[in-house]
Amino acid sequence: MSADSRADLAVVGGGIVGLACAWRAARTGLRVEVVERGEPGRGATHAAAGILAPDTEAEPGAATLAALGRRSLELWPAFAEDLERESGREVGFARCGTLVVALDRDELDVVRREHDVLARMGLEAQLLSGSECRKLEPGLAPVCAGGLLAAHEAQVDPRRVVAALVDALVAAGGVLRTDAEAVGLVREGDGVRGVVLADGSRVAAERVLLAGGAWSGRNGLAPVPLPVRPVKGQVVRLRAPADELPAERMIRSEHVYVVPRASGEVVVGATTEERGFDTAVTAGGVLELLREAYRALPEIAELELVEVTAGLRPGSPDNGPLLGETGVDGLLVASGHYRNGILLTPVTAEAIEALVAGTPPPEAVEPFSPRRFA
Amino acid sequence: MSVRAELATRAPDEPFPLGGRVWRSRLIMGTGGFRSLAEMEAALAASGAEIVTVALRRVDPAARDGSPLEVVDRLGLFLLPNTAGCYTAREAVRTARLAREAFGTSWIKLEVIGDDRTLYPEPVELVQAAETLVGEGFVVLPYTNDDPILARRLQAAGCAAVMPLGSPIGSGAGINNAYNLRVIVEEAEVPVILDAGIGTASDAALAMELGCDAVLVASAVSRAEDPVAMAEAMRKAVEAGYAARRAGRIPRRLHARESTPGAGRPQLA
Repeated sequence: MSADSRADLAVVGGGIVGLACAWRAARTGLRVEVVERGEPGRGATHAAAGILAPDTEAEPGAATLAALGRRSLELWPAFAEDLERESGREVGFARCGTLVVALDRDELDVVRREHDVLARMGLEAQLLSGSECRKLEPGLAPVCAGGLLAAHEAQVDPRRVVAALVDALVAAGGVLRTDAEAVGLVREGDGVRGVVLADGSRVAAERVLLAGGAWSGRNGLAPVPLPVRPVKGQVVRLRAPADELPAERMIRSEHVYVVPRASGEVVVGATTEERGFDTAVTAGGVLELLREAYRALPEIAELELVEVTAGLRPGSPDNGPLLGETGVDGLLVASGHYRNGILLTPVTAEAIEALVAGTPPPEAVEPFSPRRFA
Repeated sequence: MSVRAELATRAPDEPFPLGGRVWRSRLIMGTGGFRSLAEMEAALAASGAEIVTVALRRVDPAARDGSPLEVVDRLGLFLLPNTAGCYTAREAVRTARLAREAFGTSWIKLEVIGDDRTLYPEPVELVQAAETLVGEGFVVLPYTNDDPILARRLQAAGCAAVMPLGSPIGSGAGINNAYNLRVIVEEAEVPVILDAGIGTASDAALAMELGCDAVLVASAVSRAEDPVAMAEAMRKAVEAGYAARRAGRIPRRLHARESTPGAGRPQLA
């Protein structure tokens, strides 16, 4: 049994969201302790491609989520800069742009419709012809029939972000406990004042932030409903020579995305499967990803296949995150980020930092109160 | 009895018998392709459907918490498992057995796909799987081509309905071969349920006017810009098409025929 400890803020979950909230809070001088049941960043963060694409990922009827994503994309450059400076590590932020491509006539109709929907939502993406797409990205299959360019969208390497967050957290005086599973909350009256760990030790804290990703709704910690479920995604990682990337921009087709990084890593994702907590990698999943990536960018056939991963996105009923006060004194939540966890990390950390400091959180966060499901 | 009172006592629809049960709604909904669970729940509710189909391959029956299955349970809908994603009879039969085990239902929407470009049914494997499953006591609802001969074979095999496509799955291309569909309807002794190709409400109404007993809609609702509004439109379209068929349409003519007869016209001069 490890020793009991005391903090101003205890964070349950050491994925990108939990670590980012912890780091930002620690920088303000608070005593912060993160409890992670395994190693940091080994859940959904480990599988994530790190696409920062609030506009081309926007869906009809989800304008408030798109606004939250845009706000977070605005925060990313400064967030990355602070993080790199304080950790001494690079995080791979790059404003490389997204190109959504149509590979046949049917897909072109879909892309045109997407353009209309985005335009009506006031989002930015420019409709291009097939030859314009191939001029930008000569590696695209010649059948490319058209596309949608969002030059302002960006990417980051989530695994590097986690490594940097761990160092920056410790540098800011925060504590990260690994192999420390939270099994209960310390209750005081109607409020929450800490976390009980599996080994019986306690982290006493003024506030507890639940940031357990897909497990947030599951572990029975929260005394209020947190409707978060796992949504499985399989992701393939390839390696290209750094000077021979198959594309400069992130390429997305109807079925797949391809994220090329300066390091030579090429991420191909992702399936969306309602399979509970299953994380098996399947032949069919990999086949679909590689077949569709190959249709868009035939050169990927030559690349080394490095890794296949399945992660569990924390899905919520409306695909929006659960951010902020739960209604139980001392208990906050930052979960349910679904497919946007990496994108929404800075705005999530900003919101939690504000709530802990007692200042008003950004306006864009308001629609995402966890109490909307109460 | 006044017209108004008579209308009030008339059942809006003939009840719809299928698989030994009687249903009120003639719209069956798919659950694939929705952007969020909340949207799916609202759309299913707006559709008025009683039967919803779920691909066993796409969900884990054991993981009900917060899953699409929980939504189906919460709305009190009848869950019809399907074998989407199966390419051989053996695979489809195995999936049907798993579904029976997992969901405690012997109903199965049987799909055996020929290739993934057209998603057309593989007819030989389909008949073989249907025969096996009927033999094992399943209520088999096969997704079939719009081929009257194949529909007859499936009926002879003991299927509880036939589910011809209007056009390829997810294409939204409507009903491509209304002639074949009419022949299938005319010959069928089991319910005919249009299963694929619906793009918008008029397609669903047309299917009902052509004599289908019910319509299954998935992508047309789940991938619509506003799935809830489209679900409601589909409900109305199915009701309207069915009512129009029973109302007895006028014959098509080449030339006009004035709606008010000429005889008995007031002589004004």
